Amino acid sequence: MNEWLDPLLLSRWQFGLTTVYHFLFVPITIGMALTVALFQTAWVRTNKEKYLQLTKFFGKLFLINFAMGVVTGIVQEFQFGMNWSDYSRFVGDVFGAPLAMEGLLAFFFEATFIGLWIFGWDKLPRGLHLATIWATAVGSILSAYFIIAANAFMQNPVGYDINEAKGRAELTDIWALLTNKVALAAFPHTIFACFMVAAGLIVTVAAWHLSRNQHLDTMRPALKFGLWMMMIAGALTVLSGDSLGLAMVQTQPMKMAAAEAMYTTSTGADASFSVFTLGTPDGVSELFSIRIPYLLSFLSTHTFNGTVEGINDLQAQYVQLYGPGDYTPTIWVTYWAFRWMIGLGLLHIVVAFVGLVLTRRKSALGARLLAGRWSRWIWKAAIWSFPLSLGAMIMGWVFTEMGRQPWLVFGLLKTADGVSPNVSGLEVLISLIAFTLIYGTLAVVEFKLIKKAAQKGPDDLPEPHPETGVRRQETTVY
Amino acid sequence: MDLTIVWFGIITFLFIGYFVLDGFDFGVGMSLPFLGKDDTDRRVIINTIGPIWDLNETWLIVAGASLFAAFPEWYATLFSGFYLALLLILLSLILRGVSFEYRHQRPEAAWKRRFDAMIVIGSAVPALLWGVAFGNIVRGVPLDEGFNYTGSFFDLLNPYALLAGVTTLLLFFTHGTLFISLKTDGELQQRARRLATRSGILTIVVAAAFLLWTTLAYGSFWSAVLSAVAAVTLIAAVLANARGREGWAFGAMAATVAFAVLSLFLSLFPDVMPASNNPANSLTIVNASSSAYTLQVMTWVALISLPLILAYQGWTYWVFRKRVTRAHIEGAQAAH
Ligand code: HDD
Ligand code: HEM
Ligand code: HEM
Repeated sequence: MNEWLDPLLLSRWQFGLTTVYHFLFVPITIGMALTVALFQTAWVRTNKEKYLQLTKFFGKLFLINFAMGVVTGIVQEFQFGMNWSDYSRFVGDVFGAPLAMEGLLAFFFEATFIGLWIFGWDKLPRGLHLATIWATAVGSILSAYFIIAANAFMQNPVGYDINEAKGRAELTDIWALLTNKVALAAFPHTIFACFMVAAGLIVTVAAWHLSRNQHLDTMRPALKFGLWMMMIAGALTVLSGDSLGLAMVQTQPMKMAAAEAMYTTSTGADASFSVFTLGTPDGVSELFSIRIPYLLSFLSTHTFNGTVEGINDLQAQYVQLYGPGDYTPTIWVTYWAFRWMIGLGLLHIVVAFVGLVLTRRKSALGARLLAGRWSRWIWKAAIWSFPLSLGAMIMGWVFTEMGRQPWLVFGLLKTADGVSPNVSGLEVLISLIAFTLIYGTLAVVEFKLIKKAAQKGPDDLPEPHPETGVRRQETTVY
Repeated sequence: MDLTIVWFGIITFLFIGYFVLDGFDFGVGMSLPFLGKDDTDRRVIINTIGPIWDLNETWLIVAGASLFAAFPEWYATLFSGFYLALLLILLSLILRGVSFEYRHQRPEAAWKRRFDAMIVIGSAVPALLWGVAFGNIVRGVPLDEGFNYTGSFFDLLNPYALLAGVTTLLLFFTHGTLFISLKTDGELQQRARRLATRSGILTIVVAAAFLLWTTLAYGSFWSAVLSAVAAVTLIAAVLANARGREGWAFGAMAATVAFAVLSLFLSLFPDVMPASNNPANSLTIVNASSSAYTLQVMTWVALISLPLILAYQGWTYWVFRKRVTRAHIEGAQAAH
């Protein structure tokens, strides 16, 4: 058969593309719901106009983004059955439970309260209306927990038994599934990374306006807020990434070896962290590399003379365990994705740190730099902070999911065995093209709309009533 | 009681919720070209479902995920088997969802017209295809021993299933116009009412043919009884509408959709996907279900969450109970 019509290859491309696309919007939803809730709380408590303006302004960006998160999410939910039916038959007993919990406990909650928030400005009392945005934020974070618990089962299967007669995995312990150590580590890491992305968006927007000297009274506090959020969320992301790394080495040592393109098992100083490599990191043709001794040992074991297993040893072990086959993920993808995640993320934190130093009120250096001829470049760097963190986020997922290959469920089911046997390559090609076209078009429209709304800046508030002094809460309509 | 039966009931309930609620969203979307005389009218129409379409659509997500958890084989067979049909539904739901959010972002008439068209398509295609899909499930599809669907996309387009599709299309259309006449006032409401009467009569004719075919070919005693109840409530809805009782009309129509879905599910029971080629390959509530432990866990989750869900969703409908008027739209400041 024509190799371009391989349903497995096409399904993998489709799943990867649509999931990454879904995840362009999810971090903004998770991070922005919290941000907007904080701004609105500040308004309710202080009654300061600028907080209401910020609430509405970032609320608007949040909503343009939210619709995309929802419609792309439905595709995710359906794809397991559509493209991965053998996978669904094999793990449905285990994996379906967290997905259904997500729907029953989180999605309904989120979808209901966001409607109340958008359209409830003039219908609910102030405190109750504030509660609806908090409910939305809680719902979005809860949904992330369940989906990550589902994903963690694929990384590190727990709480199940294999039913030989039925040829499937069956749930034996829901608590074990929900407290999978990979889930417990990946959840904070992902959530903090989501906050970084939202902070990046806030800094980008605020810096754009400030560099043009407009909307100073709202954008100054927004920049400050964004920079602090970026610093704090960034630090927490790094810390949680470190514990996620430990969990990963214990459950999928091959992934760490693949992240480092480390072929031979090494100990102590030899277990060095490679910062950068020229040439391909295939263990043979390396031209030049910068390495930090001991760091890999420390990351993997939290000791300086730990042993980190290499690809060759692990491959041999897996052949013993699971039979003949290639158990190595695509090394150049895992190697570079891991580096770009950490690199872009650290760069983001540096931007935040420099920004905070420069905008300190009494900073003479900051005042001079921001007035001088470097200022253009400083603002430019700040404006680029959003793509930095979003890029780091995507690279992290590409690493996680590609590093799991060739397994779909680690140690239990290979990706090649999960694909739907009765869906033809042509059908998947049709859907892949359809999704690519529609997602591509929507990406352009979405980007333009968000850009336009962001560049317009916060709206002025309606004038208070001349006699009563009461400000009419505006009606929201489509 | 046997938990597989409980879960068959919960899945039925979730699909009833989905079709009753998103059903009128579809109808509202489809009625735009018939009722939306000018942009303000069209905005009134869209805003009748503005705060709730997302939560209505979420019923589908929850129904799908519950199917995955409780009957993984059913989920796998259905979703891989009806691949292209579901693809069309997904693409439509994407277009519809973003259009609600995007159409008001720019003032140009051409921009709005484009998204209005997408709302119409995005509502009509799922309204038709859900009927086709369920028609095929009731009728039975060819399955192999591994429960994999062996037919093609075009096999799904048989006369019975197409009639089912036209029936759901018309049911939802009428359901939507009744909702508009419940949620608007003045001239628009009158037009919605007249349209509902006309489409209601057409719906009665088509639905009668479909129910008759179903009962004779695939029905059981109870599904026949429920079909009859659905027929009665449908006629009641049209009569109530003609007499200007829009609350009763909408309620009766919601009951019609509910009884129709219930009747379809009951005509399946205890199968969930009958195999048309060989009854031994049929998926039943027993061979499609998850293990007893998973069903137990999920039963607890459902018992705790469903009452809460019904409570806060009911409250949302209560908050937005007022009619949407032209004055309301024109008085609104900039969108959002
Ligand atoms: C802004 C985004 C961002 C930043 C700055 C970082 N990460 Fe990350 N990382 C992610 C965003 C992310 C993620 C949300 O994309 C992933 C994918 C899966 C997951 O749970 O989080 C991820 C996965 C991920 C994994 C793979 C887990 C697995 O496959 O089981 C490890 C080991 C790390 N990260 C470690 C780190 C370390 C040590 C970092 C900093 C020094 C770091 N990450 C910064
Ligand atoms: C939102 C963050 C996620 C992103 C960006 C992401 C991305 C990816 C990528 C890039 C692949 C690799 C495709 C390939 O190997 O060709 C993949 C595979 C896969 N992921 Fe994820 N993933 C995410 C979360 C999840 C979650 C939460 C689940 C499960 C609940 C999941 C389930 C799968 C499955 C079933 C595959 C199999 C397809 C394959 O291996 O090719 N993913 N994902
Ligand atoms: C491949 C696995 C995934 C599936 C099946 C999936 C499913 C869905 C679905 C069905 C929706 C729409 C919900 C609605 O209508 O309100 C959605 C939205 C959402 N998803 Fe995903 N998702 C996946 C990956 C992820 C991951 C990894 C996260 C979090 C870390 C996530 C977080 C969210 C959030 C917070 C929303 C709601 C906000 C929004 O719509 O933007 N999803 N997802």
